[in-house]
Amino acid sequence: MSWTETLRTGLAAIRAHSLRSTLTVLGILIGIAAVILTVGLGLGTQKDVSEQISSLGSDLLIVTPGSSTSSEGTRGGFGTRATLTRSDAEALASEVNAPDVAGVAPEKSSQLSLETSETNWTTTVVGTTADWPSVRARTLASGEFFTDEDEATGAAVVVLGSSTATELFGSTDVVGQTVTMSDLTFTVVGVLADAGADSSTDLDDLAVIPLSTASDQVIGGRDRNALTTVYVQAASTDQLSAAYQEVESLLLNLHGITSADSADFTINSQDALVSTATAVYRTLTVLLTGIAALSLLVGGIGVMNIMLVSVTERTREIGLRKALGAPPWAIRRQFLIEASVLGLAGGVLGAVLGILGARVLPDLLGTSIVVSGLAVVGSLVVAVGIGLVFGVYPATRAARLAPIDALRSE
Amino acid sequence: MAEALVEAEPVAVDAAAPVIDLQGAGKTYRTGSLEFEALKDVDLRIEEGEYVAVMGPSGSGKSTLMNLLGCLDTLTVGSYRLAGEDVNELDEVELAAIRNRRIGFVFQQFHLLPSLSAWRNVELPLLYGHVPAADRRARAEAALERVGLADKFANRPGEMSGGQQQRVAVARALVGEPALLLADEPTGNLDSASTKDVLALLDELHAQGRTIVLITHELEVAEHARRVVRVLDGRIQSDTVSSRHANSARSAGAAGAAGAAGGRAPAGAPGSMQAGAR
Repeated sequence: MSWTETLRTGLAAIRAHSLRSTLTVLGILIGIAAVILTVGLGLGTQKDVSEQISSLGSDLLIVTPGSSTSSEGTRGGFGTRATLTRSDAEALASEVNAPDVAGVAPEKSSQLSLETSETNWTTTVVGTTADWPSVRARTLASGEFFTDEDEATGAAVVVLGSSTATELFGSTDVVGQTVTMSDLTFTVVGVLADAGADSSTDLDDLAVIPLSTASDQVIGGRDRNALTTVYVQAASTDQLSAAYQEVESLLLNLHGITSADSADFTINSQDALVSTATAVYRTLTVLLTGIAALSLLVGGIGVMNIMLVSVTERTREIGLRKALGAPPWAIRRQFLIEASVLGLAGGVLGAVLGILGARVLPDLLGTSIVVSGLAVVGSLVVAVGIGLVFGVYPATRAARLAPIDALRSE
Repeated sequence: MAEALVEAEPVAVDAAAPVIDLQGAGKTYRTGSLEFEALKDVDLRIEEGEYVAVMGPSGSGKSTLMNLLGCLDTLTVGSYRLAGEDVNELDEVELAAIRNRRIGFVFQQFHLLPSLSAWRNVELPLLYGHVPAADRRARAEAALERVGLADKFANRPGEMSGGQQQRVAVARALVGEPALLLADEPTGNLDSASTKDVLALLDELHAQGRTIVLITHELEVAEHARRVVRVLDGRIQSDTVSSRHANSARSAGAAGAAGAAGGRAPAGAPGSMQAGAR
């Protein structure tokens, strides 16, 4: 019996029990679609996260005030003391001290209430320098950012995030308006373009003012020269590690610390964040894929179950075929083909469903799904393989039936 | 077609050999420590063109004999030559090939595949005999015509009467041009009209020179055959010319169409051997 005849016979048998075959195919289909979607979801999330993080700048170092050891030996963690100052930031900006650093944006931020004649809105007020837009990769929707001169003179000017502008004035067309904070009236000189939100903060809800204004007149306090964060931009991505070395040794030097282990600041790069996030999502993907693969296994057992039922139900047919001259291998081949056709059908339909899902779901879930060709091809191979593997036992059982017994069965 | 015939021919050329030659045949079934001797020391020769009925009550061993003759089972002792070919030493795959080429089965329950049309059912033996598709269809068509069902070519078994289904089964048995037509209670599931119908068809085939072995427990059916072998307790009890044909042979002499096939005397076929307990 040729392969085409065997295939025709197998297809006829599958068609003869269309409901049962459909249900079996469904088991494989769901498994394959689940594998494709979970792998796709994992890859998509990984991509999203790394894109989001690198949009903040892959050439960026973030220096935060860190743990400190007091003169009495009491050790404190992150933020226990204001160890970064305006003079640190100025030193880092020097081309002589740190040649691989392209820009420095010190930030001193605080939650403050902004008031207009109509309303008020509490938001993050950031005091910084004129380099901030280029270092933080932000652009302006309208107006202009404040200048070095504004910073030097402590001018009362403010650049608003779009959300903040909308909350205060009901629109973003607000250049020239005034807002009051800490009893000081500021003139709005610009509005930032939308940047969206990162994992924890709304990047569009803030007010940016000159650093000198912030430390001397608005935020003030005991540590008036202390900074919340210093963003350091390397000259290029390749110079990031050089910039890291320079920033670290310069700050250690300035703070009179000899060992890097007892540094009172922390330097993070976006790369580190990306790799941490990627590792987390990879673990998640592996976990989800494992669960999906289990469902595929269950589908495979479904194929075996159905094939066993089919062998039992068709014992007489097997007996007849054997009586008419079918050798055992022809019977085995017939059932193996049936099983692998079920597997293949499930695989193809599952892949179609998975790809369709990858088109539709991102709109509903808000995460992207990346369908990799490898996952699709792999799933098809696995589906046919499952059909074959789980078909072997039933097919062998069919092939071993003795024709007399098989013919007599009811 | 050519392929199957070429395969079948070399041994079939041995025209002198009887279709069935059982010598000292015995079959013992074993279930655990229990042994059951279903057949004991059976000698049976059936020549080409003979029409033989095997009769016996249930449990007599006639089914065992039928399975052995049909190469569905193998002997425990003795030898079996089918159309000159020793089938004793054959393995499962070779036995399948022998069944495919040498034997046409007709079963009590018809054993047609319900999902296949009449001609797809008929072509089954040719499928396993590696006959090309175009020949299969033509031969299946010819076989259906021979049993008078040319118009039911594309019908499924469910759309046919019992008698028609059994005739499709006969067509399937004939399509491979086997040396032996083995019919196991072919009328057991049929009403009297269909029984007549199918028996007439077998008579006709016999007249055309077919070798037919019919297993039955009904005397009326058995009397269609020229020769009746009675089996009891695993032995051949008697091997006689059926009474009806003995009479007709006396009245009409050797004028039967089968006589033309030659070599086969109307009574007490010379090749037949009776072996028994007595």
